[in-house]
Amino acid sequence: MTDRRQVSHLLRRLTFGPTSAEVDAAVRAGYDATVERLLRPVASPDPPPLETAPAAGDSREQRQAARKAQREQVTVLTRWWLTRMVAGGAAEKLTFFWHGHWATSVQKVRSAPLMLAQQQTFRRYGWGDTGPLVRAMLRDPALILWLDGQKNTRKAPNENLAREVMELFTLGAGAYTEADVKAGARVLTGWQVDRATGRTRLVPRRHDDQPVTLLGRDAVQGVDAYADLLVRHPAHVPFVAGRLWARYGGPGTPPPGVAAAGRTTTALLKAVCTAPEFAATAGTLVKQPVEWLIGALRHLALPPEGAEPVLRALGQVPLRPPSVGGWPEGAAWLTTSSTLTRLRAGQKLAARAEVDGLTGADRLDALADRLVVDGWSDRTRAALSGTKDPEKLLALGLASPEYAVH
Amino acid sequence: MDALTRRRFLIASGVTAGAAAATTLGLREILATAGDRDPAARTLVLITLYGGNDGLNTVIPYADPAYAAARPDFTYQPEEMLDLGEGEALNPGLPGLHKLFGEGRLAIIRGVGYPRPNRSHFQSMDIWQTAQPDRPGTTGWLGRWLDTAGGDPRLAISFEPVLPPLLAGSGSAGATVPGGELKLPAGVTPEQLGHLGRPEPGESAARARAAACFTDLARVRDLIASAPLAEDDDTEAPATATGGAAPPLDQQLDLVARCVEAGVATRVYSVSLGGFDLHADGKDAQKTLLAKLDKPLAAFASRMAGHGVVTAVYSEFGRRVRANASDGTDHGTASPMFLLGDGIRGGLHGEQPSLTDLDDGDLKFTTDFRDVYALLLADVLGSDPERVLDGWTGRLKLSA
Repeated sequence: MTDRRQVSHLLRRLTFGPTSAEVDAAVRAGYDATVERLLRPVASPDPPPLETAPAAGDSREQRQAARKAQREQVTVLTRWWLTRMVAGGAAEKLTFFWHGHWATSVQKVRSAPLMLAQQQTFRRYGWGDTGPLVRAMLRDPALILWLDGQKNTRKAPNENLAREVMELFTLGAGAYTEADVKAGARVLTGWQVDRATGRTRLVPRRHDDQPVTLLGRDAVQGVDAYADLLVRHPAHVPFVAGRLWARYGGPGTPPPGVAAAGRTTTALLKAVCTAPEFAATAGTLVKQPVEWLIGALRHLALPPEGAEPVLRALGQVPLRPPSVGGWPEGAAWLTTSSTLTRLRAGQKLAARAEVDGLTGADRLDALADRLVVDGWSDRTRAALSGTKDPEKLLALGLASPEYAVH
Repeated sequence: MDALTRRRFLIASGVTAGAAAATTLGLREILATAGDRDPAARTLVLITLYGGNDGLNTVIPYADPAYAAARPDFTYQPEEMLDLGEGEALNPGLPGLHKLFGEGRLAIIRGVGYPRPNRSHFQSMDIWQTAQPDRPGTTGWLGRWLDTAGGDPRLAISFEPVLPPLLAGSGSAGATVPGGELKLPAGVTPEQLGHLGRPEPGESAARARAAACFTDLARVRDLIASAPLAEDDDTEAPATATGGAAPPLDQQLDLVARCVEAGVATRVYSVSLGGFDLHADGKDAQKTLLAKLDKPLAAFASRMAGHGVVTAVYSEFGRRVRANASDGTDHGTASPMFLLGDGIRGGLHGEQPSLTDLDDGDLKFTTDFRDVYALLLADVLGSDPERVLDGWTGRLKLSA
């Protein structure tokens, strides 16, 4: 693999799709320096302006107005986030990773400010030690609303949050027992979201303050002790390493060296990108719809206008994961209808783009360069070679099998 | 088994490249098989309720004092409940099914479950779909039936955008028939699709699958463009793998009915309804959801009478006996199944699990779910249940 291909692969995985110029710069800087640069924490962006939504009120009209305002705020937040993604860098890709991991949907949370607050938690803690991240997430208002922590009380604990925290977010199934789910739910009792302030607080009369036996430890008390137990559990780092490998590396289990990097997310990511096995994973991951579309917008130098209908048709709308299990990965995204959607969306995108340079005898090479595809297979060359219209050529390139994976 | 089981399962289950790649077909392609079947062959319609439907508030053991004690805020008024006899009643959201029960056409199998219950949605759904509770593999029980039935994907179809794991076999897989219009965008030619769909030596499985989608598209494009469902379908239905993204149940069942009436070759249909994970404020929400099952299912049952169709309804688990303080219920175990259709003897079957002799707060199952599958495989699909169910010999008898 040439240096350029290796660096392209690195950038395709750590960011939302590099432009050709970005690849040029990274080749000059070198692979390792590029890894370091991309994984350096960046300051959280200024949040979008979200007006305070009107209180629901009593009349039907007031409630309808509140719902409408709430939906408009979600649109503002979604567009702001898509714009951040198009701006590039590795930080938003990592924020998107954590969003899919702690999959929380605004459909139930019904608050753009709380979804934003969760996102800011990912930006603040998502690159570092998972300890502070898990501590923050166990108090996260959106997550608590999403998994019924709001209703989890001493009298009758609600297990939803405790179970999914262990199964899907920190340990993986098999690392805990049903007794741990019940004990974890008791520890989390009484942590409630005040909808008016958007803050989480512990309501003592709803809280079960008796110590519990949890994950093999006696006398566990308090949400931070629970969070710390989770991240110190031997299943935790391998679990997170597996999730990162699945989205950034390739199918299957991660190379053994990855988990050895420990509990810091950027160290784990660095281990993914510097594993000897990483280079061979090029082209083995199916792009998620958000990755496909944001990459296309970046390659075509377009703002994310009209992105939502395309993402809806492809089945991945940010802030709306289908369930707490997050979005699927791999070939589940490759269906007849998604192929058709990429053909249609490719045409719409190409119609808005600058198509200079995509003419002439070497137009297929120019297209590969524009889309940072390593090269076209013979079948795709055959499909593209009859197309002289640069707009149509660009549209087909965006829909091609080579561009569907990374 | 780890948390990624379900995602891996989906990848292994025919939505990916390989022998068991899922086929996407047009309704017209299915309809074109009309007349290809043995007129005596029967049809199985499997309805999956995703999220874990609360069985105790579906078939309500109201006469058991332990019920009211466990769920003080969850009980319905006596006049609301739809009595079944034996101290049990149907949820008020199920008047259509109650009528069918009265006519002796609805069988309720109580206490269906499996040993060592798993309370994860994803894993329990894997268990129900693979019928392999000890160690769920990568094939679904109806996919394995399809393997034994010759493997033609048109025999087992789903109207969901993504193939449900239960239809994935080891050498074959059922087909998805997504609604909607698959007309090619202007300027894209069938020749281009033909080129793009060609496999290339040495490419990754993911890229090969991306290419194969173009072949599928070329094959179905003009079939679907003129299919009779274009006017009422939602082309924006997202292609997610949760089971929650399917078209509404009435639309799915309407498509099934059209296919059955046309006498197509298909023997198995998988349809679904999601949203049953009601940890909080479950009572009213469940009633509303059950009503979304009741009306289309009752209409479907009437329309299909005499067509040799049997419908089975299940969910991945029930809920805890004791309600939580959120007026919801947490993940539980055994739950009732519904069977209805031609040749099904209605009534209450199986044994209602005790509400007081519990396994860690949960009902103890009284009927193994494979016994019900064996009945469906033998009586509806005319196949050998042992072959499909890894040697399982139990079988439910519907004694009236």
